[in-house]
Amino acid sequence: MGAIYKREMQAYFTTGLGYVFCAVFMAVTGFAFAMFTVQVAMSGADINLPLYYTVVIISLVVLLPILTMKSFAEEKKMKTEQLLLTAPVSLSSMVVAKFLAALTVFGACLGATCFYFTVISSYGTPNFGVLYGYIIGVFFLGSAFIAVGIFISALTENQLVAAVGTIAILMVMIGINFLNPYIDSAFIRGILSWISVYERFDRFCYGQFDFAALLYYISICFSFIFLTVRVYEKRRWA
Amino acid sequence: MIKVEGLVKHYGDKYAVNNISFTVGDREIVGFLGPNGAGKSTTMNILTGYLSATDGKVEIDGHDILEDTMAAKRSIGYLPEIPPVYPDMTVKEYLDFVYELKGCKLNRRKHIEEVINVTKIADVYNRVIKNLSRGYKQRVGIAQALIGNPKVIILDEPTIGLDPKQIVEVRNLIRTLGRDHTVILSTHILSEVQAVCDRLIIINKGKIVADKPTEEISQAVMTKCRLEAKISGPEKDVLYAVRSINGVTRCESVGSELDCTTYMIESEAGLDIRKPLFNLLASRNWPLMGLTTMGMNLEDVFITLTVDPARDKSKKRKITK
Repeated sequence: MGAIYKREMQAYFTTGLGYVFCAVFMAVTGFAFAMFTVQVAMSGADINLPLYYTVVIISLVVLLPILTMKSFAEEKKMKTEQLLLTAPVSLSSMVVAKFLAALTVFGACLGATCFYFTVISSYGTPNFGVLYGYIIGVFFLGSAFIAVGIFISALTENQLVAAVGTIAILMVMIGINFLNPYIDSAFIRGILSWISVYERFDRFCYGQFDFAALLYYISICFSFIFLTVRVYEKRRWA
Repeated sequence: MIKVEGLVKHYGDKYAVNNISFTVGDREIVGFLGPNGAGKSTTMNILTGYLSATDGKVEIDGHDILEDTMAAKRSIGYLPEIPPVYPDMTVKEYLDFVYELKGCKLNRRKHIEEVINVTKIADVYNRVIKNLSRGYKQRVGIAQALIGNPKVIILDEPTIGLDPKQIVEVRNLIRTLGRDHTVILSTHILSEVQAVCDRLIIINKGKIVADKPTEEISQAVMTKCRLEAKISGPEKDVLYAVRSINGVTRCESVGSELDCTTYMIESEAGLDIRKPLFNLLASRNWPLMGLTTMGMNLEDVFITLTVDPARDKSKKRKITK
């Protein structure tokens, strides 16, 4: 497992994909932070953190699939998966290693955004509890996105299909939240809000640290990692 | 070392492998021979645990590939048809990665050094794999299979896409490997197995057609001796004279050059007609420009063993009509 994790991390930075992800993510979040918090704070008004985090999450919907698109699709295309699947390594540790590698790159970038808070603190005393609560929320939301991306990547050998497919699915997962108010039936609304990943995040916006939501995101991770393992098991038996 | 019993693999109602059984002993080099789509790669993929069989049992060094997967996989080094190399890594990084992936517990530096010496890739050790030639990539692929010193080495079409010099080198390498490892290699090139393997398993349409020592198979179909002779002389007279040699069953001209004609001469099994042929030509003053033995190759073996008899008969019938 360690070997695959190391190889994945190395590949992110030798192919340049990791740098592109980090650069774009930092640029987008940096810009959004400046617009919605620093500038607002300079004018003396209250900073708009929920809006900043909405931008962060929407950028993740586009950027995380780019990070995960190659994880299995490329292995399949280059036929290197034969090496992994015939090596004395279990399927689950192979999938988890790839998941952790993508999570590390994402986590490091997200961690780096904490630096922004030192900027805002020079304009006043922000509630650091809320800020870090947000960061943790985004981290778990992002890890759920990565698990979905890795699963889609295992289904195809075309990286572009993997990326676009993942973006589409994540958009649906996010979009349900915006669609919900237009639905009359309370029953359907209930079901939709249950699968809405964004609705869970809402509670972080009110400064609540929601363990139920974290558990929800973690269970999404496990489900999709499990499904990815199943994809490989099924392929072996097909 | 390898025990395969009643192996079956079907995709839908198409049988890729249909009830194959064989065993391979310790330090044996076995060739898997068959036309494209015969089921060679499928069998190898099942042996290495990449695919699962629909039915049947595979044991590698006493470990069942399904029940004792990790131990079985640890005893195998596998080179698939396309070498599974990462183009963005250097050879050094790649071999280190494979070493860790296989969880080896040998002296890393010494072991990797041994492997690169055996496969002769020391001069590209620090180069990025995507910049290597096809031959080097193949050798890096073989090196990968050797990492961890597995007891069994499985090579799927190891010489495909290589130039003649590289083919000879890889064959020599395989022969060297056979001293310490059990080797199974697949190919559809007949001279390859002839040059390298102790034993031959011929497979067609998912079934084993023959499983014998290489020499035995070549001899089995060597019912006739065939010579190709280039003789300078009047064609009609030469044909007549050669046909009159004791033991010659057939003589035909198959082509002509400037001042000599090429003849295909068949004689009864076990009868060497080269001396009488030479004496005849000398007495008539017809210079012998060249003489080669034909019909010893595995091509004949292969065709004889794998051609579907029913289809062959219908073909012949059509021709006679």
